[in-house]
Amino acid sequence: MNTPSELKYTKSHEWVRLEGEVAIVGITDHAQCELGDVVFVELPAIGRKLDQDDPFGLVESVKAVSDLYSPLSGEIVAVNASLNDQTDVVNSDPFGLGWMVQIRCANPSELDGLLDATAYEAFVAEEGSH
Amino acid sequence: MIESHEPRRTPLYEVHVAAAGRIVDFAGWELPVQYAGILDEARAVRRSCGLFDVSHMGRFMVEGPDALALLQHVTTNDVSALEAGRGQYSLLTNAEGGVMDDIIVYRWADCRFQLVVNAANASADLAWLIANSPDGACVSDISGRTAMIAVQGPNAVSQVAEIMGAEVARIPRFGISESRFNDNSITLCRTGYTGEDGFELICRAEDAPGLWSALHSGGAVNCGLGARDVLRIEAGLPLYGHELTTETSPVQAGLMWAVSLDKGAFVGREPIAVEKVAGPSRRLVGIVSPGRIIPRQDYSLYAGGSKVGSITSGVFSPTRECGLGMAYVGSGYSQAETLEMEVRGTRHPVTIVPKKRLLVP
Repeated sequence: MNTPSELKYTKSHEWVRLEGEVAIVGITDHAQCELGDVVFVELPAIGRKLDQDDPFGLVESVKAVSDLYSPLSGEIVAVNASLNDQTDVVNSDPFGLGWMVQIRCANPSELDGLLDATAYEAFVAEEGSH
Repeated sequence: MIESHEPRRTPLYEVHVAAAGRIVDFAGWELPVQYAGILDEARAVRRSCGLFDVSHMGRFMVEGPDALALLQHVTTNDVSALEAGRGQYSLLTNAEGGVMDDIIVYRWADCRFQLVVNAANASADLAWLIANSPDGACVSDISGRTAMIAVQGPNAVSQVAEIMGAEVARIPRFGISESRFNDNSITLCRTGYTGEDGFELICRAEDAPGLWSALHSGGAVNCGLGARDVLRIEAGLPLYGHELTTETSPVQAGLMWAVSLDKGAFVGREPIAVEKVAGPSRRLVGIVSPGRIIPRQDYSLYAGGSKVGSITSGVFSPTRECGLGMAYVGSGYSQAETLEMEVRGTRHPVTIVPKKRLLVP
């Protein structure tokens, strides 16, 4: 399982990369592996305002549908429109080309409450043992 | 009889684990749902050749002077029309004409038959056969001492011929025959659940890992249950528990080609005959959903705001790159071209097609 150390993570398996005021969000390598081949991604409209933990879209694989939860409060300023046609990047490059939305953070300090790479790996290991 | 709640393992379980198959519970069996990925595996079957462990399915022998009479009584198709070395798709129906299972009946000889049935119904099917057996018919369950491997795809027959001899290519579609591999006896059935040519191979349980390994080395791609479901939906083939249940009839399911009303009495014949004349209230159709809107079991279908049916199975088709599925719709609507399918509260247009036109329009 790949868990880049510079990112932050949620317990619902999203990752966050902060670039200035804008947070880039996607699903983790663990999440894409669990889901299997992703076939459909539903993303919010640009301009949508979200609170932390609000559901903002979903990921559908051959076998399952999974909701996406916002790691931070803020406003959607960009979505990855390429996912309308080609979803395999979510499986092959979940931290790069498979990014999903960009959020202008209303409250950047929320980032401190998210998991770092080590804590996320420990969380996944514990989840898997039940 | 004590029911075991431990999941069962096929003779190929260790092979799947060693090949990094992702193991799940299916009908009480531990089987791989995928290896490299469901879509890639389905593509491999359509393009070249895939390998499936289907050992969990039930395999029975029905033998004796009354074997034919037993099978004529409990199945819908005409077993007397089967020559030696041939098989037929058939249904087990109850007294109301509801479907208890879909099966394949193979004939080895006048008084010797082999059945392959769904894993989920194997115990019930065996009990039903035994309960209906006259003295001159003997039903035996050979599932435990055998394994079954499906080899499917445009290259499947040549892959099997490479390890068992060129003569296997002469086995006709739906034929059954015997050959040898590594000096072990193998039964070959030229049948499958993917819409491609190929074989379902039955061997002794202990010979299964060697046979699987030889086929894999020859280029066949490991495939799991997920790919199996994608392929059978693309091929418009029903799955028991989805398109077929005791609440569905062969008339509704469009399977009257596997029913012989002329062969004589069989369990459920009268209700089926009545429904055929009167016309069924609903019919099984194929559904094409554009783009990446994927049909799923129980999604509702609407015509002009009224609910007229629901999806029984659906999947993203890697072959057509859109959603494909099957559904029961009210008979008045089964000729309609478009309906609306509700997905998470939003209705999307979908197209009705014949089940056999899901893959090739």
